[in-house]
Amino acid sequence: MLDALGIASVDELFKDIPESVRINGLTLPAGISEAEVVAKVRKVLGANKTPEKLPSFLGAGIYDHFIPAAVRAIQSRSEFYTSYTPYQPEISQGVLQALFEYQSMMCELTGMDAANTSMYDWATALGEAALMAHRIHGGKEFVVGRAMGRERLQVLRSYASGVGLKIKMVEFDANTGQLDLDMLKSQVGPDTCGVYFENPNFFGVFEEKVDEIRSLVPSVLVVGANPLSLAITKPPGEYGADIVIGEGQGLGNPPSYGGPLLGVFAVKKEHIRAMPGRIIGMTNDAKGKRAFCMTLQTREQHIRRQKATSNICTNEALVSIASTAYIAVLGGRGLRKLAVENMTAARDLARNINHLRRFKAPMFKSAHFNEFTVRSKIPYSRVHRELLRRGLHGGLSLEDRFPELGHVALFATTDVHGENERERIIKALGAIE
Amino acid sequence: MKYRQAYFDEPLLFEKFDGETEPLPEGLVPKALERKSLELPNIPENDVVRHFVRLSEMSFGIDTGFYPLGSCTMKYNPKFTEELAALPEASRIHPCQDESTVQGALRLMYELQQMLRSIAGMDAVTLQPAAGAAGEFTGLLLAKAYHEDRGEQRTQVIVPDTAHGTNFASAAMAGYEVVEIPSKEGLVDLDALKTALNSKTLAFMLTNPNTLGIFEPEILEIADTVHDSGALIYYDGANLNAIMGKTSPGRMNFDIVHFNLHKTFATPHGGGGPGAGPVGVKEPLESYLPVPAIRQDGNEFKLDYDKPKTIGKVHSWYGNFGMFVRAYAYILRMGGDGLTKASERAVLNANYLRFRLQKVLDLPYQELRKHEFVLSCAKLKERGLRAADVAKRLMDFGFHPPTVYFPHLVDEALMIEPTETESKETLDSFADAIDEILAESPDVLKSAPHNTAVSRVDEVLAARNPILSWRMWQEQKKAGGEKPQ
Ligand SMILES: Cc1ncc(COP(=O)(O)O)c(C=O)c1O
Repeated sequence: MLDALGIASVDELFKDIPESVRINGLTLPAGISEAEVVAKVRKVLGANKTPEKLPSFLGAGIYDHFIPAAVRAIQSRSEFYTSYTPYQPEISQGVLQALFEYQSMMCELTGMDAANTSMYDWATALGEAALMAHRIHGGKEFVVGRAMGRERLQVLRSYASGVGLKIKMVEFDANTGQLDLDMLKSQVGPDTCGVYFENPNFFGVFEEKVDEIRSLVPSVLVVGANPLSLAITKPPGEYGADIVIGEGQGLGNPPSYGGPLLGVFAVKKEHIRAMPGRIIGMTNDAKGKRAFCMTLQTREQHIRRQKATSNICTNEALVSIASTAYIAVLGGRGLRKLAVENMTAARDLARNINHLRRFKAPMFKSAHFNEFTVRSKIPYSRVHRELLRRGLHGGLSLEDRFPELGHVALFATTDVHGENERERIIKALGAIE
Repeated sequence: MKYRQAYFDEPLLFEKFDGETEPLPEGLVPKALERKSLELPNIPENDVVRHFVRLSEMSFGIDTGFYPLGSCTMKYNPKFTEELAALPEASRIHPCQDESTVQGALRLMYELQQMLRSIAGMDAVTLQPAAGAAGEFTGLLLAKAYHEDRGEQRTQVIVPDTAHGTNFASAAMAGYEVVEIPSKEGLVDLDALKTALNSKTLAFMLTNPNTLGIFEPEILEIADTVHDSGALIYYDGANLNAIMGKTSPGRMNFDIVHFNLHKTFATPHGGGGPGAGPVGVKEPLESYLPVPAIRQDGNEFKLDYDKPKTIGKVHSWYGNFGMFVRAYAYILRMGGDGLTKASERAVLNANYLRFRLQKVLDLPYQELRKHEFVLSCAKLKERGLRAADVAKRLMDFGFHPPTVYFPHLVDEALMIEPTETESKETLDSFADAIDEILAESPDVLKSAPHNTAVSRVDEVLAARNPILSWRMWQEQKKAGGEKPQ
């Protein structure tokens, strides 16, 4: 190739980089063999404690569910995972159809008409939903229920800062853990572009007064949900949500220390042109065969630039495909069964913990999904240390997030726990002095 | 090589739906919230697997063939990095785990930050943004925090006309007015930049080499000019694959840079994502980086949330950790020498292909390119052809088309980025295919592709009559609306 170009060395191809900005190679160590890299990375990662060694009751939006091997087999098809965004539909029908199926599944779960192929995660989906509410309504205030993840709130603030949206908070009822409707009434006003609440909320608690909430929201209603819970609970579309978001990681994807995740984003038909992100549509090819392609691209950054509905380009498509495969492998009936089992297991675990002398669970008087609050008589940090010592990872401490609740933690249980893990945690908690 | 993609008349999973939703156990879900029916398919696993295998065969990845999609750096994704990311020690750990139980993850992230710092010549790195565009948004929030800390309210972001769409959109999302400046001979026009810069300028966003694949030789003057007005200069790292070991954003006096691990560092694109868009900054911006920071304390690693000046968070947790594992392993494998060679080979491959193709299509602006180049198909218009026709016909030869119609300042653009992982044989066969295509009758091109799963897709119909879900389609069918079949 050098000969063809009439040059003696590749250096000549870099002669346009002025000396003044040149560096002479990188200071990183020299490359090593594949075998050496594998050994090294395994050694580094070996310092992590997986649930196999340290059963964990963490949740808070990220759930470790059992993943059928077929899901990984499907996701590992390299035509899927080594492809780019399907800009060229003719050669990408498979990816496009899989993503259309993903959208369809999210619509069925949420009761919405349209979904995009993903946002980065639940938190950025919330940020985008707030911006979309602002685009639709124009108001400068966005009202949120406080029973939500702190991380989501922080990301929401980052997204809202650009257009100067003001975030207003609504407390939860100290008794039920559900949204304080009187406070909601007082926080909503003519400048409220949207209201957001989670169902189940951060405490795992189901918001039951959904119709009343809808009637108090004059603008865009955004609901955040654990998609698995939607297999057994009313889809937010049925109680009037305009936008439904959530974390799709739990649908067939491992926790991966918090990423990659899957921001679910679904909307009612009247809002589709205000949506962010990639959307796949059904159409025909030149011969009249059914075909799929990316559509409504005039909303997107590569065409509309600064007037785009979002800056998102690369998203989490492969995670969407894995979730589609997961739902397909479980089937609608399997998904529903899993949701019932997880909810039942959480309820039973909470009851058993509640029997212990030093603990109350759940602390709120409401139905909860796959996680619940545990209040202890001693500082939770001590409980946490004691559990670790016994080879168990307890739930997430809420002491710094919701100091008014006292010594409280959030415990989740899923299908990766057998009776053994659940018995161990009950015993370990019971043994704490 | 001629190509024939598989085609299956594969129904939607939903078309295999069988009714029946089982009732819920009494008293479990509160009455007001009980869900009566769930219309999701129930299919034997065997058939689910066949369904997706068929769909995969109607898809095209780097593993299928050459993928010279300009600006996207579609290099080979090493297999061993997939295996590493799938290890339970990488995939099954939870972001809220006690720090003492995730020391491996924290070490890996800490060391990856150090590697990226050193490659880019920056002082500090955050791994949190989930993709390049998220990195841009983060970078602009950092610039905003930096200026506000100095009591300055700036309102504009300057972007050259060659910039990627995300630059414009990220600036708007961060709340800034976008000022676009025209290029001169495919390079930043310093006079235009000077005219646009003023005390309201937050930052100037640039990628170097730019999206034409041309290195901006006046980069230090550009950076000085920007700094003289008190603004910051942002490096869009999408094109980092051209310069590793030769120069660095830090050396070029950029203040902020994002990396695309899914481009330069070989993590797969997954049909659109996930990626990862870490951000590097110079020291004066470090205190604004998102929380948590990862600190090393002796032999221990810690998450540090105590950063009073932080912009907060841009992702739920620490970013796309699965991608960090892959990129970390890739960088170890390549080493400093290997990455430098990768850039050399990427530039050599691009210039060789440019040399072959400029004989048959127009190459606007200077000859010497870095890792990519942009051809114009404008002269094909007299034969009634457009860039898209060439792109579509390339699929029949088993090649993924280049990026089309970007950057905007080149009429009928084909943007070609071969990457370093392609052989001369592949480059030659691609150039041969273009030669052959240009000699074909226009009808063959205009009706292309012929060998893919479907023929040309009606994107206009898709936009005019949006069917975005099974649900919307069922409704349309009931209403007796427009096609599809
Ligand atoms: C030049 C350039 N800038 C920015 C981006 C955005 O990066 P991402 O897709 O990771 O958000 C891209 C990606 O296509 C790009 O090519």
